Amino acid sequence: MDGILVDPTDVNYEKLKKNTVSFFTHLFLITVSVACIFPLWWAFASSLKTQGSVFKDLSLFPRDAHWENYVEAWTRADFSRYFLNSLFYTVTVVLGVVFIASMAAYAFSRLRFRGRNLLFLVCISTMMVPIPGSFIALYVLLNKLHLIDTRLGYILPQINGGLPLGIFLLKTFFDDLPKELEDSARIDGCGRFRVYWHIALPLARPAIAVLAIFVILAVWNEYLLAMLVLSNKDLMPLQRGLMVFQGAHITQYPLLMAGIVITVLPVLAIYLLLQKHIIKGITAGAVKG
Amino acid sequence: MVWHWLSDRDDAFRELAARYEGQTGVKVKFDLYAPSEIYSQRIKAAVQTQTLPDIYGILGEKQDFASFIKAGFVEDLTGVLNAPDGGVPWKDRFFEKALGVNEFRPANPYGVAPGVYGIPLDMTTIQMVYNKKLYAEAGLDPASPPKTWEEFLAHGRVLRDKNIPRFVSGFGEIWMIDALASNWAMNLMGEEKVFKTYEGKAPYTDPDWIRVLSLFKQMADEKILVDGAVTMVNKTAEQTFANERAAFAFNGSWCVNVYKGMNPGLDYGVFPPPALSRAHPMKIWGGAGTSFVVNARSARKLAAVEFLKWLTADAQQAFLSEQTQNLPSNKNVSGQIPPVLAQFSVGMENVTHPNVYPVHESPEVTEAFDKGIQSILIGEKTPAEVAQAVRRVKEKGSR
Amino acid sequence: MNFQRLRNFFGNYIFILPALALFLVFSLYPFLKVFQLSVTGWDGISPQTAFVGLANFKDLFTDNPVFWLSMKNAFTITFLALTVQNLLALFLALLCDRDIRGGNIYRVIFYLPPVLSGIVVGLIWNWIYDGNYGLLNHFLSFIGLGDLSRAWLADAKTALFSVAVIHMWKGFGWGFVILLAGLQSIPRELYEAARVDGASSWVMFKNITAPLMIPVFILVSILTILGTMQIFDIIISTTGGGPGYHTEVPITRILTTMIGASKFGYACAMGVVFGLVLLAISMVQIRVSRAMRQV
Repeated sequence: MDGILVDPTDVNYEKLKKNTVSFFTHLFLITVSVACIFPLWWAFASSLKTQGSVFKDLSLFPRDAHWENYVEAWTRADFSRYFLNSLFYTVTVVLGVVFIASMAAYAFSRLRFRGRNLLFLVCISTMMVPIPGSFIALYVLLNKLHLIDTRLGYILPQINGGLPLGIFLLKTFFDDLPKELEDSARIDGCGRFRVYWHIALPLARPAIAVLAIFVILAVWNEYLLAMLVLSNKDLMPLQRGLMVFQGAHITQYPLLMAGIVITVLPVLAIYLLLQKHIIKGITAGAVKG
Repeated sequence: MVWHWLSDRDDAFRELAARYEGQTGVKVKFDLYAPSEIYSQRIKAAVQTQTLPDIYGILGEKQDFASFIKAGFVEDLTGVLNAPDGGVPWKDRFFEKALGVNEFRPANPYGVAPGVYGIPLDMTTIQMVYNKKLYAEAGLDPASPPKTWEEFLAHGRVLRDKNIPRFVSGFGEIWMIDALASNWAMNLMGEEKVFKTYEGKAPYTDPDWIRVLSLFKQMADEKILVDGAVTMVNKTAEQTFANERAAFAFNGSWCVNVYKGMNPGLDYGVFPPPALSRAHPMKIWGGAGTSFVVNARSARKLAAVEFLKWLTADAQQAFLSEQTQNLPSNKNVSGQIPPVLAQFSVGMENVTHPNVYPVHESPEVTEAFDKGIQSILIGEKTPAEVAQAVRRVKEKGSR
Repeated sequence: MNFQRLRNFFGNYIFILPALALFLVFSLYPFLKVFQLSVTGWDGISPQTAFVGLANFKDLFTDNPVFWLSMKNAFTITFLALTVQNLLALFLALLCDRDIRGGNIYRVIFYLPPVLSGIVVGLIWNWIYDGNYGLLNHFLSFIGLGDLSRAWLADAKTALFSVAVIHMWKGFGWGFVILLAGLQSIPRELYEAARVDGASSWVMFKNITAPLMIPVFILVSILTILGTMQIFDIIISTTGGGPGYHTEVPITRILTTMIGASKFGYACAMGVVFGLVLLAISMVQIRVSRAMRQV
């Protein structure tokens, strides 16, 4: 801009600057977007090809699209059997994690009690020790509790697995919330639990939406634990269906991609709904300061 | 109750279970736990809780197999294999090499009572394949793949002049490097000397071993290997060969089914790895592909044995082979398999595998050796340096 | 009065009781098991096992250069993730925090990479980095930099960085979502007041956004460290740790030791040491964050 004499208050200059910034902003955003969409699009394009053409014809808009792959993927993977299971697991684990983690996080953030810091540290330290062979220990444990091949045996470890992240994330956000509202509620005679439930929890909605998004994705994509804990096909989650297309030596790529697209879509739809809460959070209860 | 990890065979197994129930009234349930990493965790966990099923498979090294036996969860099947079943002993049904993988010989290094502990379902061999069309394009004779290392190099140069990419293999999976390198080692110095090295009585810095490592140096110098094959997983390598982007590949007999799916028109042949010397036979890796064992603590041991007998009978073996395109372990059925697959069974008499060696090399040494070859292939280390490094790991292990 | 105080005292614990109960059942037992096994030579199968004292740890500290190399590799990727990935996430979150046209669409798109399963990620990046037919090499020769083309994942010089790029590409969406939520909970009034005072975007970021976001920055960076140090699935599906040991990371070493070599006890010792390293880093982070907040 050197050398060009412009009056900074000039409306045209302001407009030009704004447009230029906006142009580059969008250019940047679009570039990143392409990098993010590309693989999903590639998976989608591959799902319309045949096993013979999937690595030969790398076009992103396959000419003769094999839409029947989707029907075949759905039936071969037996998705009708697994879909409701996954839905059930996702809902229960998310509710469990959100409820238990938010209570604990609220306590760690607001309430005073002995051993608070130590307990918090212990709690999030479970995220840090990658436990080799924890699978074997977990199996032994679930066997003792008679939880092998039960829904509960699959759900509880996943809730536990989501807690450290949940507590850590929610505590960070609780720490930042204004205390004034809670104090005034307490003066009005509300008990601890009611303050947490009616005041703190709604205020933390964006953080809870974030947590829910993460947990949903984790549960929806989970299959290793399922393979360890469950045997009965009728209890298995959605990802079990995708195993059909992945042999030790042969992978049926187009069907696998079709299956992946089918399983990814619900997660994206839920994300779309939840991310509005991240945004809405402010308009609903912006009283911070 | 059977546990397995073979996701591509699940349907065929279920079909067979239904047939068995129809014929005998005995109900057999197959449970699939895939991928194989989680399967092996699950069976190890089930050992701790004593909840293994009646029939299962053991993955991993022979050392692990031995541990399962010593823990008391594998039935010794020598007796039933030798007992006549409809006139002939059960074991006579199988290729001799197929049983070897599951056999513990007298005085084996694992301290396991001698015997045969597993029943093979199918066979594999790992050999070289070459693309006949690309051979013809380069002006080479599509009927004569290279027999010796020198021919291999010469053919490679002809292909290079025609700008045809040469050799691909899933060298990112280091056991494939190990297979090829040990093929050459046995060809060059003979089994005895290889085993002596494993026992620690001959060093890896021996000129013969350096010669083996130098082959990979030569491969790097002549740029025979397709770019990137050093870290490629085998499935990617298979795509490369199936789409005619490499003239050679080193791969197992399962590839017949893989290539058929990706490129039905692919015209290729099978040959053993190009020989270095005539002093010793060219060994190839192979033997039983998949085996099942019977849980020694199962209350239904006899029924389990009966089912495995049925599963390895001619009709069921033919069915499995047809459904899954694997070489059957039952030798009576081998006449009915497709020609390319049959080529993989040629040379079965020279088949070997670490699981049938009288001694075994420790996994740490094997890893150092295979990773060292990767370093040679990318020009980072010399064969002599790698030999030194492997020797150090070996000496540490024997301390 | 005494009853009230008692109730008060226990009432606080009731909030953490469910979490604690689950933790005690499902985390503590495996946790202790790992510590117990780390002083044994267990092979993962045998019913009995030999106590070996601290031999596993001694070997790990004195005679296992590959493990420490893998630690260094993980640190390298983590450093890149902390800087490049998180700056990208923050920048995108800042852009999407404004009322920008299409903001909703961008917010969804940036979350796509985390949603995709490892198998698609492996396939697609193997293709991008391929030496002969890869997109990246095509692109480089298109813009006249064909000399740079190579088999990115098989080259000792580029393998680790190539893997890091995949990890960052897959990971920035997480940070983006958390940071965006953090930004959204900053009251708009603060910005408006500042704007009236004539503050520029940078000044507003420095004086309003950044201080209020410190706890969220800490959260994201600790999660990034933990997530990146424990990277392994991307590595297994692209390089398998090769070429040589150039892309080995602690978890791949632990898995190789545990499954490949059947040295379960030793693998547990590796897990303990690795866990302590992560714990130490996180403690430092939390300390630093406290210090920063008091400033």
